[in-house]
Amino acid sequence: MSNLAVLPIIIPLLAGILLAFFHNNLRISRFLSKLFILINLIVVVYVTYIVFQEGSLILETGSWVAPYGIVFVADYFSIILVLTTNLLSVACLFIAPKLVSDTKEKFYYYTFIFLLISGVSGAFLTGDLFNLFVFFEVLLMASYGLIVLGGDKVQLRESLKYVLINLFSSVIFVTTVAFLYAVVGTVNMAHIAERVQEVEQQGVLTTIAIVLFFVFGTKAALFPLYYWMPKSYVVPNPVTSALFGALLTKVGIYSIIRIFTLIFVEVEFTRNFFIVVAALSMIFGVIGALSTNDVKLLIAYNVIPSIGFILLGLAVFNETALAGSVYYLVHDMIIKTALFLLAGVITYAAGTSDLRKMGGLIHHYPVLGWILFISAFVLAGIPPFSGFIGKLLLLKGSFEGEQIVIVIIALLTSLLILYSVMKIFIHGFWGEKNEQLERKSTSGLLGPISFLLIFSIFIGVGAEFVYPYIDTIATYLLDPELYIHSVLKE
Amino acid sequence: MEFIICILAGILFATGVYNILQKQLLRIAIGTGLISHAAHLFILTMGKLKRGQPPIILEGITEYTDPLPHALILTSIVISFGVTSVVLVLAYRTVNENNTDNMEQLRGNEYE
Repeated sequence: MSNLAVLPIIIPLLAGILLAFFHNNLRISRFLSKLFILINLIVVVYVTYIVFQEGSLILETGSWVAPYGIVFVADYFSIILVLTTNLLSVACLFIAPKLVSDTKEKFYYYTFIFLLISGVSGAFLTGDLFNLFVFFEVLLMASYGLIVLGGDKVQLRESLKYVLINLFSSVIFVTTVAFLYAVVGTVNMAHIAERVQEVEQQGVLTTIAIVLFFVFGTKAALFPLYYWMPKSYVVPNPVTSALFGALLTKVGIYSIIRIFTLIFVEVEFTRNFFIVVAALSMIFGVIGALSTNDVKLLIAYNVIPSIGFILLGLAVFNETALAGSVYYLVHDMIIKTALFLLAGVITYAAGTSDLRKMGGLIHHYPVLGWILFISAFVLAGIPPFSGFIGKLLLLKGSFEGEQIVIVIIALLTSLLILYSVMKIFIHGFWGEKNEQLERKSTSGLLGPISFLLIFSIFIGVGAEFVYPYIDTIATYLLDPELYIHSVLKE
Repeated sequence: MEFIICILAGILFATGVYNILQKQLLRIAIGTGLISHAAHLFILTMGKLKRGQPPIILEGITEYTDPLPHALILTSIVISFGVTSVVLVLAYRTVNENNTDNMEQLRGNEYE
């Protein structure tokens, strides 16, 4: 038993509560938010170090041994995602004072962000299916607060749909947990994983697996359940969009990977189904991205194909492809944050988010232009950046699994993703110098984005250093017994 | 007993979904409330409904109530209570700002 596993949840929670008291004093709340996220980052780095040195950390709350008590499991996979979450939150919180208006900041902005981080970390770390639902609600509650902050006409309209769709899928989630409990008699994930092998009627399990897939697919914005996502990610301010795009959909895909590598490993039918869903997500997501002229909407649509890529690794289900999935997941969390923030900065600099009204920004903002250019390369997977390594592993795994069609679709999608992001560069940055446009100060805006980009380049160029860890995670995920033994200690 | 509760949960699910599919915003809010009630009732059936036995396992005891569903329902009720109030406030504000409670008129393509 180790209390370390719960620290990444407790620290942001306490920080959020504390910041609520200082919500009117912006100087203090800005300082405290930066301080707390850095403290949390240091703690998480330490916990990650411990996990990779000594193996999974299991916290049994109140010393009730699993499967009776609620457990928190900090294993390789979850802790690396918590680490990434904290890294990108650092960038978001450092850029927030510049990109978010003062009035919005005063309305408990930082409290909501910390509660969101707490909920996301909790969802990654929990080892209990019902507790996963609870943490989903924690992060969704925070996100309801964030998405509606400001209360514009459009914002209210879109956030209402966001709340309703999430509420509906949460209810289905609870119902499915009830189904699963009726079949296996437990909600502890390791215990479920152990017991599903003994269940005689596999048909029931397939049904439960697909309904759970529906629930998480809705949160992860997979085809055909993504319809609510792009617009509701566009309406809030850029920092909120960045956090949403980087964290919320990824929590959904994390849950899918967790459930289908641990509990429903045996259900053969799902693999082929996943491949189709992954392919359609890629195609429809990128078509959406190409169809729009709005910078933020374009980035929001780009979330969908990346979820498709991550699902592809799970569908193929061999070591290389799973390593690719994990790698791509980490890469995508970082680069999506950077891109959403960039979209925010571009909108701020150009005064509009419509590409048709932009042009010639490179004359005023050369650095911003080149940062966007590199980000586009990272996202599309041009070597030596991180997207390339992730896609290489995924496609290599797909070849090993003899899934040739999906490889072709994935490659074409990558090309179109590159085009869609380059569209921002071409329409926004090239062209005649716009004399009427005044140069606004971008001090403090580009630093956090560069921080994310440097990290992104590091995991790409330094793949030699990162890959062994990713490979450990993939081997770990392929053998559910490891998880079960570490939790149930038999 | 489980049978009756299951049918009741089914009816609530059906009416809830019917209400969610309406155009009027208030009906949708009520619909979400109904389906969360349905889910709670449904959880109750999963641990088998028994009356009169305490939720304690000791040597030699064969009949006991499963306490877990109750704990889950309680958590779930609290959460759905909170979310329902958020939905109601949000719906009220949306109707005020947009001057309509018809979902058909709340689609729109302009953002900002």
